[in-house]
Amino acid sequence: MTRVYYKQPSGVEFEIDLRDPRVAALLAWLWPGAGHFYQRRFLKGFIFMVGILSLFFYGLLIGQGRVVYASFRPNDFRWQYFCQAGFGTPAIFAFVQKLKTDGGGDPLLVLCDRYPPGAIVEGKLVEYDVIPKGSNFSEKRLKDGLMAPPFIVEDPNKNDVLGMWHSAMKQLYDIGTIFTLVAGLLNFLAVYDAFAGPLVPNSAKGRAGGQKQDEPKEDSDS
Amino acid sequence: MVQLLGESIQVHLWYSLPLIVVVSIVFGATRHEYLREIIYHATKSFAWLMFFMFVIFILVWWFSRNL
Repeated sequence: MTRVYYKQPSGVEFEIDLRDPRVAALLAWLWPGAGHFYQRRFLKGFIFMVGILSLFFYGLLIGQGRVVYASFRPNDFRWQYFCQAGFGTPAIFAFVQKLKTDGGGDPLLVLCDRYPPGAIVEGKLVEYDVIPKGSNFSEKRLKDGLMAPPFIVEDPNKNDVLGMWHSAMKQLYDIGTIFTLVAGLLNFLAVYDAFAGPLVPNSAKGRAGGQKQDEPKEDSDS
Repeated sequence: MVQLLGESIQVHLWYSLPLIVVVSIVFGATRHEYLREIIYHATKSFAWLMFFMFVIFILVWWFSRNL
């Protein structure tokens, strides 16, 4: 059991029981607020859960489920994923999608089918366009998956599925990316809070809190 | 400038509002334990961020007014 001693700006000192900080941090990473609920810090758990989840899923919604994905290819190094990975559950799912599609496989939770490169229908080039439902197009289809990496080509001057996403969503793609990215970064702060208590500056130690110590388990209820 | 600000608000700036609100509240919550302190901190952060963004807007507008 770990306890943190914290002094409010008003001067009142109190103690926070972090229970097992490693378990709390893991839970907080997997689902914002879960670690704080585990520590019985319900108010902060509620704030983190509502705030971070709403920001993340709003970003995912306006990005049509395509703004969070793991890709480390030369023409599509998705550095934003490392910030979005502050929220663990979708980060794990996005990584699973990457592994599923790395060898050319189909992703889980398919959002739509697209024509492959060079596809011509009724004399018109339709590569990467969305295939209408009920179409009898028989060649291998590209599939957009929830949080799955897009199909890209090596030549950055040619169009590909990533280009189609940007073309279709325009600035909303970047706004959705920013929302999910910031939500991930905020959850890193929440994970730290679950692990070590409130972020009190070092200069305030002993004056405004931040003193921390481990104690053996004494109370029967903790 | 007022016209530009009005157009910006209509098009994109509304998206910054939920972002700033959530960042302010979550940041406040990582530094305090009780609701009153969190709200006080979040309000100050919100005001500071809005002021900072407005200053950046003025600077960008000033340097681009002849473009």
